[in-house]
Amino acid sequence: MSDDLKLLDDVANSEYKWGFVSNIESDNAPKGLNEDIVRFISAKKNEPEWLLEYRLKAFRHWQTMTEPVWPNVTYPKVDFQDIIYYSAPKPKVQLDSLDDLDPEIKATFDKLGISLEEQKRLANVAVDAVIDSVSVKTTFREALLEKGIIFSSFSEAVHEHPELVKKYLGSVVPYTDNFYAALNAAVFSDGSFCYIPKGVRCPMELSTYFRINSAGTGQFERTLIIADEGAYVSYLEGCTAPMRDENQLHAAVVEIVSHAEAQVKYSTVQNWYPGDKEGKGGIFNFVTKRGICLGNKSKISWTQVETGSAVTWKYPSVILKGDNSVGEFYSVAVTNNMQQADTGTKMIHIGKNTSSTIISKGISGGRSHNSYRGLVKINKSADNARNFSQCDSLLLGDQCGAHTFPYLEVSNKSAKVEHEATTSKVGEDQIFYCNQRGISTEDAVGLIVNGYCKEVFNQLPMEFAVEAQKLLAISLEGSVG
Amino acid sequence: MLTIKDLKASVEEKQILNGLNFEVKPGEVHAIMGPNGSGKSTLASVLAGREEYEVTGGEVLFNGEDLLDMSPEDRARAGVFLAFQYPVEIPGVSNANFLKTAVNEVRKSKGLEALDSKQFLKLMQEKMKLVEMDKTMTQRSVNEGFSGGEKKRNEIFQMAMLEPSLAILDETDSGLDIDALRIVANGVNALRDGNRSFIVITHYQRLLDYIVPDFVHVLYKGRIVKSGTKELALELEEKGYDWIKEEVDATLNA
Repeated sequence: MSDDLKLLDDVANSEYKWGFVSNIESDNAPKGLNEDIVRFISAKKNEPEWLLEYRLKAFRHWQTMTEPVWPNVTYPKVDFQDIIYYSAPKPKVQLDSLDDLDPEIKATFDKLGISLEEQKRLANVAVDAVIDSVSVKTTFREALLEKGIIFSSFSEAVHEHPELVKKYLGSVVPYTDNFYAALNAAVFSDGSFCYIPKGVRCPMELSTYFRINSAGTGQFERTLIIADEGAYVSYLEGCTAPMRDENQLHAAVVEIVSHAEAQVKYSTVQNWYPGDKEGKGGIFNFVTKRGICLGNKSKISWTQVETGSAVTWKYPSVILKGDNSVGEFYSVAVTNNMQQADTGTKMIHIGKNTSSTIISKGISGGRSHNSYRGLVKINKSADNARNFSQCDSLLLGDQCGAHTFPYLEVSNKSAKVEHEATTSKVGEDQIFYCNQRGISTEDAVGLIVNGYCKEVFNQLPMEFAVEAQKLLAISLEGSVG
Repeated sequence: MLTIKDLKASVEEKQILNGLNFEVKPGEVHAIMGPNGSGKSTLASVLAGREEYEVTGGEVLFNGEDLLDMSPEDRARAGVFLAFQYPVEIPGVSNANFLKTAVNEVRKSKGLEALDSKQFLKLMQEKMKLVEMDKTMTQRSVNEGFSGGEKKRNEIFQMAMLEPSLAILDETDSGLDIDALRIVANGVNALRDGNRSFIVITHYQRLLDYIVPDFVHVLYKGRIVKSGTKELALELEEKGYDWIKEEVDATLNA
């Protein structure tokens, strides 16, 4: 290993552990964005005409839009012509089995602790692994298919299940929705697709692992999850990226459709590279995630643990259209050093007797800024809607900021909406108490903060929860003076 | 074990300890009594290393080492335990998880291997009996929603788990009814083994009926002004502190 690489490795291991770059040959589109690039991406993926049309419509619409400005975050303007919109690891041969997978890719995922080998699998988790723009491997497909569950890369789904993709793509997040959703619809490269048929309970956790590897690329993945009537699925998403000095853009779209009496649980542990201590580099994470509860008694839960990214904008939302449907949002957002996060949720109540719960825990250290921004909207039609929101902020140190922006729009008098908010500091007396029992200050902060986030971590699948706790401890290193 | 020489300390620029001397040998139980504001809790805080308390003079040796030079966590790992007058709540952190972290930190500093969950559970069950603690208390968040008595019992339970060589009990009897007092005292007595030393800070002689001290000291104006055996505590109970205050103030004014 050269000295430079060694150095990078050392730094990566002490602070951001996932900052390595894998030596994978990639097939890139030229920099910049125009209709030709959109056609290039579509052609690369052998897409049917209708999808190309969809992309072009989105692109043309995007050109008419202006980039949004958020009131509470600042960052250098993104040059959309300076981004590579398509980057694929070059396959050595056509992939027939795992043995054909580029050993470097395999090594990358091993390093990340994601086992792609089904024999050595984690307890019951099927993984779709996405590097840069392309899904490289989906595990357990055959076993899932026996139950009629489709779990594949988005590109494969386009070819194998065009009727499903056509029906649901853009049905929850139309390309007209916002600037980044339009951009994503035009240039999305890959992502995961999942369909659970009527009455089927998915027997294992489904998981997508996203990794940005190439320099100068943006990652625009698209995830579509459909739970048909009475189905159940728990879905996990993990993300990392190498450490780079420049900012990289990540603008994903996730759409969830939950039919009558179906339930979708979506958990994210987001750990994109946050930039260095001075705020140099890091991922801009501008993501649109939304689910719709279509039928009676359907349910969608978002759980997110946000520790990475230089700037995060993200509002996983639920449209409660079906009567008696339920939306949940559990969030832990941690910012340290120069990170900025503006995250929260939208709960749109349309159906009768719909209910939503929002539990948000913001933790800020260093000189970071952490905002909760959430909307609870009760439509006229939503008789007896219920919402409970709890937004807590925890400050570590005195140079960080925590902000809460709850928006309420209630158009039905029978609604019951409750909002609670607290801001606290990790108490010196709590730290001293831990110290007096032999626990160092750093470990004490980890312990206290983990306790603070317990309600959210309880929502995560066991292994993910353990991962999240470790991640939290690492993210908070050096946050208390 | 513990030697305090001419210890002076202040908090918020106010001098509280004014040259305090005393010595604790292995296995001894020392009671420290005194009127309000005499510096009892300050002494406990200084020994445990609370930041707001500034040591302005003197020295403290713990097993021959400079205690004042050690961080609070190193003092704890070396075997100094403080049972807090006001135990702190840590929401969301279970008592068991908290203690497992603490016990394993202390073990690590001694070069011992960390206990696994099974071993830890066994140790916990054993020690819970000492303070007649309910099983559910280990799963509850540290001190959160505990009654005053439960909090104090939890302190003694933590002490039993951590097996310190020197335990400082800062007004552990305050706010306890007679039954809770008995349970706490029984816990402490069970931990007296001839080597472990105790400094018991209290206002009232009552506790000393249960935890019988080898020595009783009276702290006044930041100094130990009188020392004796447990009979001194009885005398104080009967006569109050005024006669001592008068004695001391007379010499100071002379």
